[in-house]
Amino acid sequence: MTEPRLLAGLSGSGPMSLARHVATHGELPAVSASGRPAFLAEVTASGLRGRGGAGFPAGVKGGAVAGQRPPVVIINGSESEPMSSKDRVLLTHTPHLVIDGAQIAAETVAAREVILVAAPEVLPCLRSALEERRSVARPETRLRLLPGGSGYVAGEETALIAHVEGRPALPRVKPPLPVEKGLRGRPTLVHNVETTAQLALVARHGAEWFRAEGTRGHPGTTLVTVSGAVAEPGVYEVPLGIPLSQLPGIAGGALEPIRALLVGGYFGAWVDADGTGITLDEASLRDQGASVGAGVIVVLGQSACPVAETARLAAWMSAESAGQCGPCVHGLASLAEVLQRIASGRTYPGDIELLARWGAMIHGRGACRHPDGVARMIASATRVFPHELANHARGRPCRSCDAPATLLTPERRRRAA
Amino acid sequence: MSERLHVNPIACTGHGLCADLFPERISLDDWGYPILDATPIPPDLRKHAMRAVRACPTIALRLERAARTTQTTGA
Repeated sequence: MTEPRLLAGLSGSGPMSLARHVATHGELPAVSASGRPAFLAEVTASGLRGRGGAGFPAGVKGGAVAGQRPPVVIINGSESEPMSSKDRVLLTHTPHLVIDGAQIAAETVAAREVILVAAPEVLPCLRSALEERRSVARPETRLRLLPGGSGYVAGEETALIAHVEGRPALPRVKPPLPVEKGLRGRPTLVHNVETTAQLALVARHGAEWFRAEGTRGHPGTTLVTVSGAVAEPGVYEVPLGIPLSQLPGIAGGALEPIRALLVGGYFGAWVDADGTGITLDEASLRDQGASVGAGVIVVLGQSACPVAETARLAAWMSAESAGQCGPCVHGLASLAEVLQRIASGRTYPGDIELLARWGAMIHGRGACRHPDGVARMIASATRVFPHELANHARGRPCRSCDAPATLLTPERRRRAA
Repeated sequence: MSERLHVNPIACTGHGLCADLFPERISLDDWGYPILDATPIPPDLRKHAMRAVRACPTIALRLERAARTTQTTGA
């Protein structure tokens, strides 16, 4: 197993102190004004891709921050994926690495202001970490903490910006891209918490070191949250390119024979358990209609009902729509309704075909990628569970239909109107 | 310079006037929302495109010059 990088030095008893952090990782180099292009080139050379879900190259994003007005950096710790805990783990166990990365990101784009958005429960850890750094803080950069908005789409880049502006956490139309016009019209660099922590490591060790793990096209290590039918669900650091089949073993082993994995997040895709040769990287997963996403790996055991899980997921994701775009609001509701009919065995002729029709119909037609993600997840379900879907549709529910849910669908917290 | 139709999906509330006025390039999905043909609008169809743009009650439809790359920088 690879040497931990992000999770190096963790003792398992609360957040790492500043002293232990420096002893583990070394001092953080500064990025001076003249050093910016070189560091940006280093980040690009490292091949670091965003770890929030979209996987966009971090160097390209940083390099695109341009405009007349002073830029701002927002670190995204929203982590609204119900089955993801990796960002929370970083913020509560190794906050200094995240703060280092925020510092570096700000210096790279000459931002004087950094805002870190995270769940209210993790903010005390960050406040303590900032207190520890008070004597050694670089005075030029101001880091502000803000509790995140509620709801699944609150972590979307433009929704996050709206939330920081004090508005409802709802996505906005792009263009303009946040790197051009974001927070109050300023060039805004949004980075996921894990991406930020990775940046702090690249700043210390360089691109070549970063590339020593992972694949050529998708380098580095990544955090995965493994859950479902495994003995030790939790957050683990793995090299990109690791065979998917090894992941349940890393989490203590599967508790029962595996039917499938949900990979990426609720916006991700189902992957067959029998898929030998599938590795955790963009190139391999793309062939399966999937992606690394937010590193969520849910192990679905044979005792679960994939149709019930998928139907429940679709209903929840439909309820989590921002409610702004017709194809999303109506499309997801329609898809959820069909899946519910299939799950209950009371279908109309043509229901299974409607899943494909409507999935294709909504793709790319919202202000954000929420409908695309749900369409992808449902399309993968039709690929991976065709027999279960067909059987349920014919009125033959299985004995697992009422099994306890593997995928959590938390009750929607109230959103500010 | 090519011109293409774009719709703001947040502003659009599915009135459907656009599809009525410019069926050559705009159709409606199963819920009444516009599906746009993304190919450039030739000169002989321009006036129909503009009629549709002007008719939109929420000003959601627009005709834009030059190919816009909607490259996202991540969600």
